[in-house]
Amino acid sequence: MSDDIRGMTAELAADPDSLVFLDLGEALRRRGQLDAAFKVARTGLNRYSELARAHDLSARILCDRGERDRAFEAWVTALGLDPGLVSAHKGLGFLYYQAGDLASAEKHLAYAGQADPDDTGTVTALERVRAGRATAPAAAPTTREVPAAASVQPTAAAPAEAGVEEREAETLGAPSGLTFSFEESSPSPVQEAVFAGLDGGTDGLLLVDAGGLRLGGGLRNPDGADVADSVAALLAGVSKEAARTARLLELGDWRGLAVECGDGNLFLSAPTESTLLLTVRGLDIPMGRVARFAERASMAARAWLEQSG
Amino acid sequence: MSAAAELLDRLSTISGIRGSVLVSAGDGLIVAESLMTGVDGRAVAALAASLVSRLRRATERAGRREPVFLQLHAAGGTVLAAPCGTELVLVAVAGPDANVGLARLEMLDVSGRLA
Repeated sequence: MSDDIRGMTAELAADPDSLVFLDLGEALRRRGQLDAAFKVARTGLNRYSELARAHDLSARILCDRGERDRAFEAWVTALGLDPGLVSAHKGLGFLYYQAGDLASAEKHLAYAGQADPDDTGTVTALERVRAGRATAPAAAPTTREVPAAASVQPTAAAPAEAGVEEREAETLGAPSGLTFSFEESSPSPVQEAVFAGLDGGTDGLLLVDAGGLRLGGGLRNPDGADVADSVAALLAGVSKEAARTARLLELGDWRGLAVECGDGNLFLSAPTESTLLLTVRGLDIPMGRVARFAERASMAARAWLEQSG
Repeated sequence: MSAAAELLDRLSTISGIRGSVLVSAGDGLIVAESLMTGVDGRAVAALAASLVSRLRRATERAGRREPVFLQLHAAGGTVLAAPCGTELVLVAVAGPDANVGLARLEMLDVSGRLA
C-alpha cells in the first residue's frame, strides 16, 4: 500500500464524513484495486448521495470492472446532479462510442473538449469519433435520455444494449486504443459560468447550497490542492447559524460574516436564503474590499441561480 | 474584580458596544461577562462559540491559518469575536452606530492578553 493510500485511509477512518474518499477511491482504481475502490465509493455514496463526483467515481470503477450498464446509470445520475461535470461527459462519450452510438458520443466529447481544450486525449477521441461518423450509418434509435448540459442534449441508445451495438462498432472499423483520462482538475463549465468575468471565478469564490454541496466556483489551498468540496461540506449550516445568532440578539437579518485569518481574509454572504458564498482573498486585499467584491459576486450568483432555475 | 472582567468592562466603554462576554470555546459557556440589560449572554456565548468552531474547521480545511477575528454583520448591528488561543473566545455585541474599527483593535489587544 502506498503512503498516499495509507494516509488517505487513515484520514477517512478518523473522519468518516471526509470527502477524501473521492481521492482514495480514485487512487485505488488507478492501482487496479477495483473491489477496494468500489467499497470506498459505495460508502462515500451512502453519505453523499447528492454529490455528482461520488457517482462519477463509482461510474469509473464500474467501467473498469466491465459493468458498463451500471457505469452508464451512475454517469447519468452524476450529470443529473451536475450537468457540467466534464469527467461524466467523457465517460458517457466513451460508453456511447463503445456502444456504436457515435452521434451521442460526439456530443458528449465535444462538450468535454470545449470545457478542456488542452485535454489531448479527448480531442483525439473526438476526432476519431467524427471520422467514424463520416463513414458510419445513422445512429441507433433513442431509448434513453441523459440530462442536458449547456448545448449538449444527448438522446441516444444506452450501452445496455451494447452486445449488438459493440459488434456494430467493431464492424464500423472503430479505432482501438481510445483512451480517456478522467482528470478531476478539469473545471466544470457550469462552475465557471457562475462567476464569469469575476476575478477568482475558479479559485477563491465558492457557492454552496444549504446541504454543503458546491454549486459553483472553486477553491484551492495555498499548496494548489482542490479543497472546494470539502470546505463546502464544512460550511453547511453556517448560514442558518449566522441567521439564528443575529435573530436571537435582535440584530435583524445577517448580511455578511468577515473572517480574518493569519494569512488571508474570508467573507461569507448569503446570495439567497438557501445558498452561501465564500470569498477568499489574501491579506493584501483589505477586508472592506473583500466585502465589496463579495457583494458583486453575490449579485452574479443570484443572477445565475435565477437563470438556472 | 478579575482581570478578565476588567478587560471586558474596558471594551464596554467603547461607543456603541452593548456588551462583551468571554466564552469557553469548547462548550460555549460564559467565563466572564459585561453586558447591557436585554442582551442574552448565554445565547451570545453559545452561538458565537459554535460559529467560531465551524469556521475554524473550514479555514483549516482551506489550508488557512486560524481565524483571529470575526465580524457577523447584521441589519441592526454586529457581533464581533476574537479567539483567545484555542480555549477562549472574546465576543462583543455592537449596535449599528458603534465604532467597529476601534472595537476590533481593542478586542485584538484584549484577546492577546487573555491567550
